[in-house]
Amino acid sequence: MLEQETLSMLDQYTDKDKKETRGGFGAGLAEVARRNEKVVALSADLAGSLRMDEFIKEFPARFIQVGIAEANMMGVAAGLTIGGMIPYTGTFANFSTGRVYDQIRQSIAYSGKNVKICASHAGLTLGEDGATHQILEDIGMMKMLPGMTVIVPCDFNQTKAATIAIADHNGPVYLRFGRPKTPNFTRESDFVIGKAQLLSDGTDVSIFACGHLVWKAIEAAKILAEKNISCEVINIHTIKPLDEEAIISSVKKTNCAVTAEEHNKFGGLGESIAGVLAKNHPAPIEMVAVNDSFGESGKPEELMTKYGIDTPNVVHAVMRVLSRK
Amino acid sequence: MASLEELKNLATQVRRDIVRMVHGCQSGHPGGSLGCADFITALYFSIMKQNKNFSMDGKGEDLFFLSNGHISPVWYSVLARAGYFPVNELATFRKLNTRLQGHPTTHEHLPGVRVASGSLGQGLSVACGAAYAKKMNGDSSIVYSLHGDGELEEGQNWEAIMFAAHHKLDNMIATVDWNGQQIDGPVSKVMNLGDLRAKFESFGWEVIEMNGNVMEEILSTMTKAKSLLGKGKPVAVLMKTVMGYGVDFMMGSHEWHGIAPNDAQLAKALEQLPLTLVDY
Repeated sequence: MLEQETLSMLDQYTDKDKKETRGGFGAGLAEVARRNEKVVALSADLAGSLRMDEFIKEFPARFIQVGIAEANMMGVAAGLTIGGMIPYTGTFANFSTGRVYDQIRQSIAYSGKNVKICASHAGLTLGEDGATHQILEDIGMMKMLPGMTVIVPCDFNQTKAATIAIADHNGPVYLRFGRPKTPNFTRESDFVIGKAQLLSDGTDVSIFACGHLVWKAIEAAKILAEKNISCEVINIHTIKPLDEEAIISSVKKTNCAVTAEEHNKFGGLGESIAGVLAKNHPAPIEMVAVNDSFGESGKPEELMTKYGIDTPNVVHAVMRVLSRK
Repeated sequence: MASLEELKNLATQVRRDIVRMVHGCQSGHPGGSLGCADFITALYFSIMKQNKNFSMDGKGEDLFFLSNGHISPVWYSVLARAGYFPVNELATFRKLNTRLQGHPTTHEHLPGVRVASGSLGQGLSVACGAAYAKKMNGDSSIVYSLHGDGELEEGQNWEAIMFAAHHKLDNMIATVDWNGQQIDGPVSKVMNLGDLRAKFESFGWEVIEMNGNVMEEILSTMTKAKSLLGKGKPVAVLMKTVMGYGVDFMMGSHEWHGIAPNDAQLAKALEQLPLTLVDY
């Protein structure tokens, strides 16, 4: 009976509608600009890639082109907040973080500036451009900054909702999303900053995922449901601050956890979850993440398979963690 | 607005504050602070338009950003003397639980400071953003900033210099403390800046030069700098100063960039800086 209920809850999520998360950012940016006149957007020569066209067309005077100068972009954004603006910076995740870490640290985070760092093309799914652009360390870098909110939405709708929501959150935010078209299966209204999203109830294992791996977790849960393994799938779109209560209460029920993310195993979601569980409710945990490696050129799906972060990897991680219970 | 005589007296008192603050915690950066005492004093007591109470957004008033944050002693002294916080608080400089951190920060909510600085090369970008926001807000006041000459070795400055000209930020005046010294020695030997005036000009800035240790010249040059605003170009002031100015044994050498005087050296320095107001 329980398995049937779980299956039906999972069945509501389909891959019929496929859209880019970066498209969700573009749509959200235009929408939040309509609602809040203080919202301005900056680009370091990647406005098209970040799908900022709709915003630029509608609000040309609120768009600031910075050129290929990300360090300056972060400083300019910090300065704009002093005049009351809510700046959204737009470039690839690699250039939004590692390239400008000290600018973010001093001029934004330490200075408590209300800058929204919007980072596209994160992770392996950037694809053919290769490892120079496929950052897998950004979540770790950003979550270590005191006061930084870190959000990794899972699909188009959620990225749009997050882009809108962060305007009302006073403080620096890192919003991470990606390049390819992926299943668009959540409702915008379900997104609340800092509140984990329960996608399916389960009793055997808790799967905590973020970003593109949320869909993989759903696919894995569907496969496992057919084997009478009941997965609780929880979308941890906000990695900082972490919804510890939701994590602990789920694992108190299932007594084991799998984490899944498009990030290095060091510094990402898995470590955050492991830290919460070690302190509050120790339980076996398996992590689906990139095994301390750089990526390479290839198609997104090929890369996710090669680097161990596709649906079968989530299934195998569940089997491993169940054997450790 | 302070008279010329008052400004000179204030600058001398600020120099006393600087050497006493650095001596008090046995750390900090006296050289650049002494060199810029006249300029920062002139900014806050004559040049800048300031609201009565400090607010982060600084609407309707001129803003100042100190990019070379290590010369915090001079800024703190001037801010205190200008009434931003109690003068006695200068005694807490660099000590545990102080608002007067080694490098300026907003983190402890010190009035007068709008962004953290100290990791070099970031302040001009922030000033550009603030100047851009002023234009968006229809606020006609001015954004001032100060940068070290050695600091210009940081590439981010040149991104910001390009940005300011491209976006016609003709409401900002960036001043370079052109003292020719940095930690490892003379700037010309560590990393030669070449023709600084030509560099700024070729990037599309108006450039004027001044002696930053002569109060009369600071006032007249900054008045001229203001007159150049509103014409489509940002303005750079290349300010010749002598590092350590006002204390003979600290002058003209990078040796006093970041060390504190001992008791005897403090006494010798204070002999050269007569009390003009009251010490904190």
